[in-house]
Amino acid sequence: MPAPDSQLEPPAQSFEAAALEHLTAAAVQAVAAAATAADLKAARAAHLGERSPLGLAGRAIGGLDPAERKTAGLRLGAARGLVADALAAREAELSAAELAARLAAERVDVSLPADLGPVGAPHPITALMEDLGDVFAAMGWEIAEGPEVEAEWMNFDALNIGPHHPARAASDTLFVAPAESRLVLRTHTSPVQVRSLLSRPLPVYIVCPGKVYRADEFDATHVPAFHQIEGLAVDEGLALGHLKGTLDHLAAVMFDGVRTRIRPSYFPFTEPSAEIDLECFVCHGASADDPSRPCRTCSSEGWIEWGGCGVVNPRVLAACGIDPERYSGFAFGMGVERTLMFRNGAADMRDMVEGDIRFSRALAGVAR
Amino acid sequence: MRAPLSWIREYARLDAGVDSRQVYEALVRAGLEVENVEKVRPAAAGPIVVGRVLSCVCEPQKNGKTIAWCRVDCGSEHNASVSSPAGAGEPASRGIVCGAPNVAAGQLVVVALPGAELPGGFQIAARKTYGHISDGMICAEDELGLGDGHAGILTLPAADDAGRPLVPGEPALPLLCQSDDVFDIAVTPDMGYCLSIRGVAREAAQAFKAPFRDPAARPASAPVLPAGLPVRLETAGCPLFAAVTVEGFDPAQPSPRWLAGRLQLAGMRSISLAVDVTNYVMLEIGQPIHGYDADRLEGGIAVRQAEAGEQLVTLDGTRRSLDPSDLVIADGSGVIGLAGVMGGEATELGPTTTRIVIEAAFFDPVAIGATAKRHKLPSEASRRFERGVDPAAAASAAHRVAALLTELGGGRVTAETTAGAIPAAPVQTIAADLPGRVLGHLVSQAEVEAILRASGVQVAADGPRLTLTPPTWRPDLRDPYDFAEEVGRKIGFDIIEPVVPKAPPGRGRTHAQRLRQSLVTALPAAGWTEVVSFPFASAADLDKLGVGDDDERRSLVLLANPLADTSPALRTTLLPGLFAAVARNRSRGLDDVALYEQGLVFFGPAGQAPALSVLQRPAAGELAALEAALPRQPRHLACVAVGQWRPAGWAGPGEAAGWRHAVAFAEATARLAGLAVERQAVDQPPWHPGRCAALTVAGQIIGHAGELHSAVAQAYGLPDRVAAAELDLDALLALAPGPGRLPPLSAFPVAKEDIALIVDEATPQAAVAAALREGAGDLLESLALFDVYRGAPVPAGRKSLAFALRFRAPGRTLTEAEAAAARDAATAVAVSRFGAVARIA
Repeated sequence: MPAPDSQLEPPAQSFEAAALEHLTAAAVQAVAAAATAADLKAARAAHLGERSPLGLAGRAIGGLDPAERKTAGLRLGAARGLVADALAAREAELSAAELAARLAAERVDVSLPADLGPVGAPHPITALMEDLGDVFAAMGWEIAEGPEVEAEWMNFDALNIGPHHPARAASDTLFVAPAESRLVLRTHTSPVQVRSLLSRPLPVYIVCPGKVYRADEFDATHVPAFHQIEGLAVDEGLALGHLKGTLDHLAAVMFDGVRTRIRPSYFPFTEPSAEIDLECFVCHGASADDPSRPCRTCSSEGWIEWGGCGVVNPRVLAACGIDPERYSGFAFGMGVERTLMFRNGAADMRDMVEGDIRFSRALAGVAR
Repeated sequence: MRAPLSWIREYARLDAGVDSRQVYEALVRAGLEVENVEKVRPAAAGPIVVGRVLSCVCEPQKNGKTIAWCRVDCGSEHNASVSSPAGAGEPASRGIVCGAPNVAAGQLVVVALPGAELPGGFQIAARKTYGHISDGMICAEDELGLGDGHAGILTLPAADDAGRPLVPGEPALPLLCQSDDVFDIAVTPDMGYCLSIRGVAREAAQAFKAPFRDPAARPASAPVLPAGLPVRLETAGCPLFAAVTVEGFDPAQPSPRWLAGRLQLAGMRSISLAVDVTNYVMLEIGQPIHGYDADRLEGGIAVRQAEAGEQLVTLDGTRRSLDPSDLVIADGSGVIGLAGVMGGEATELGPTTTRIVIEAAFFDPVAIGATAKRHKLPSEASRRFERGVDPAAAASAAHRVAALLTELGGGRVTAETTAGAIPAAPVQTIAADLPGRVLGHLVSQAEVEAILRASGVQVAADGPRLTLTPPTWRPDLRDPYDFAEEVGRKIGFDIIEPVVPKAPPGRGRTHAQRLRQSLVTALPAAGWTEVVSFPFASAADLDKLGVGDDDERRSLVLLANPLADTSPALRTTLLPGLFAAVARNRSRGLDDVALYEQGLVFFGPAGQAPALSVLQRPAAGELAALEAALPRQPRHLACVAVGQWRPAGWAGPGEAAGWRHAVAFAEATARLAGLAVERQAVDQPPWHPGRCAALTVAGQIIGHAGELHSAVAQAYGLPDRVAAAELDLDALLALAPGPGRLPPLSAFPVAKEDIALIVDEATPQAAVAAALREGAGDLLESLALFDVYRGAPVPAGRKSLAFALRFRAPGRTLTEAEAAAARDAATAVAVSRFGAVARIA
């Protein structure tokens, strides 16, 4: 029998439990000591490779007695399994650490500007008109629109604004040339109400947002072109109380809990006519009872005018071919710019039409 | 209308405890638009007393002035002067230096004693001046803040208005200036009767259920006077004319302080006793009064229409050419007044007038309004006549003037003439429950009747039907709903229960409205900021844009009364407004801007709308004619971007705004509407001739996008390289498809094939892409241009276009051969159509 080759022939005691335990412990220790993937590769070769003691032991196992071979095989398999598990666990640890190190190195300043393109915004008037429209759409009302160059009949006559009414003066109205055209730039969105009554089946519940025109010089509180939203409801049995309910709802949605006041006024197209006032958003009414704290916003009245309203004048219904004995209705109209001033504190009307992007962006969450 | 509370209280007997805030609230509740409550208080404060000038020694000064050294009895309480005591043998008094020329011994004057404060924070103290200790100040009107009189010191009458003699030492301010609260009321056109104390007091009395005394009521025992000036009414525009004659009036008499003070509180200046009295009665009763110098009248008076060519010099010194629709007052000499608007110069009350004819008439509101407008002469009188005055108060107003003139200026009332009659008020019948139905608040028939009666309406009830005759001062009460409103004003709108009405189920926004609403968020999200410009324009704008003579944008709608001569028309394009907004931003240091605007543009010519009745619905043909007269006014959407679209920065180089941003804006808009846009190169002002795309949907041009022409940018003061697009939004949204269909998705593998083709430089990639799509057939899932290459080995004047094609079959995996065949078929079409050379097989 030749002498055992120390390289190929493991010593017989290698299959002894104690010897295998020793080899396994050495291997696990080497795996644990591996600090890099390369270390780990070397450890794998040294302890589980073909020429490692455990590898050589695997070759040598074939030379054992069948009786011994089974026991030795089981022992060796268990030992190799332990080493392989240690290798896999260490490999996972090392790759997690490597990933963590890479991610740590990749840290960025998350406060750097991210959206590098231009930042847009709708005009606050447009956005507010949509909001106002939504309040009514949610109540089942529809949104009606009409032309801005309008026939005088639609803008005035049908609304009971007779040929001699002061509102028709050139000082208030922009007329289309020549005068015989009988066309104007609509002075309110009320002609859309007339158009709706002429074209829609009853009952009618509509709001008309849009641009209107007055012959006003352009200054901090006047612009020749501005926006209104008007509402009209014509149905059986409508009364002033329904107008109040509708406007209170609108005010509650737009101004969250503000007090309103409705007081008699005059418009040719409504009878009774009224103005709706909001509690002054600056002094909240305190200036009215306290002369030492005058309020410029409400002239110390405690209230600010928001819009006009009333019960539709039966003459308007008649001009649209609706039987005033059967139907009645109410109408109201507010300046959108005015509403924006109340709601968002815009101070100068000029800012609304000069196109400075800072005005539009102010409500769009753009940082300075 | 400015209404002092003290004056209102004269006719509305309000409880003493009612303050101006309560009156304000009551008037507002009744429908009066009270704009302000001015609290008028004396501007001077402290010891200001009545004094009697005992002696007055004139002492010329070296500076040329003459001062008066006065001993003034200021009452026993104030005569114990410490600074300038009375000398031995002199009566108790204070020594005061006075510089006014009109001071004289015996006068009753107003003395501000040390410790008083005059307007402007002027503190009175004893001080040494002109060699004397002046121990107080004798005041002029303006120094007390009472008016602007500074001709000399203010002298007081011997007794107050009630006839009580004034006593030295008594407080002077209460004699001169009453504290008062003045309501500044913007009277609406339907409440003309509240352009008077009478009307406001009536509303206040009704609100507080307080007794009301009518200043226009005449005592039944008024003496009958002989007939005076002959008056002929020759026009239906004047149904009633009262004239009362006063003789022996002393024109030198001044207006008493109470009269001038009341006028001042009401916002009018004191002019002369006669004029002040006419104004006072107008303010009190609401009846405009005109006074004529009777000695300057020739013969009787006629009220008639003006004749063509007639002229009149009005009180303001202006010569006016009259129109036949003007109502005039004429005498033997011709026209002497513009009825109800302004009198003539020739018969004006003057400093020598002793015989006065007082006119109180009723004129047609429409005629007066038209005349005031025609001659640009809004006056206190025309404002009242336009809204309708009370014809039943005319005669009593004239008599009230006469009585005040004779009481304050002497003379006697000698004659009166009343021509015409009070027009009958229209009678209306309503159902007693109408007010409750209109208001949405139950108002009993008894309450309706009581309210209307309190408002002066004659009520005759026939069961539930009420026959109503409005009072003469309420021309606004005409239709049934007018009476409903009157009831509402009196019960107060605040007590009406609010009820939200139940609208029938709605369809929500229309499809176009929803698409426009989504633009409100989509365009800003794409980087665009919305602006709103004025829609006024001029031909000069179009010249700057380089728009040709036959371009539709030249069809301007002109305004008859434009606000500025520089913009006499309405816009046909949104671009100039956007350019102005860009320039404004740049002038404010905001150089990189991307703006958009949406709004109507207007294309002439405007037609002629028919004049239609308002008594019934117009016929279909009439409405069609009306619509046809309107100019076409589509809604446009436009954008302009300048400067850096994306600035250079930490993340890399910047990107300048350019033509493709304008195109992307248009495509984003179209995509939102479910539409794809096709582009063709066109030369369209104001764009760059080589960088403008006509945008087409379904063969219809819906707008243009590209880079602005350099010359146009320069004309508008903009930098070069401006991106701009303008779309007809209405036309685009009208093309928006219906709901659309969702296809099944194939999960089989995709086959990718690239194609590179060499084509002429002038060949648009879109045309090549279209050819490839056509040739590729149904298996093509997508096609995208991924490279454009020029240079070797591609010959000069040609370019290489590289496309990535993706093929997929719905129910199977494509074979390589199938994908290659589809690719080759695509290439073949492009090769045959454009002479393209396939670069890579």
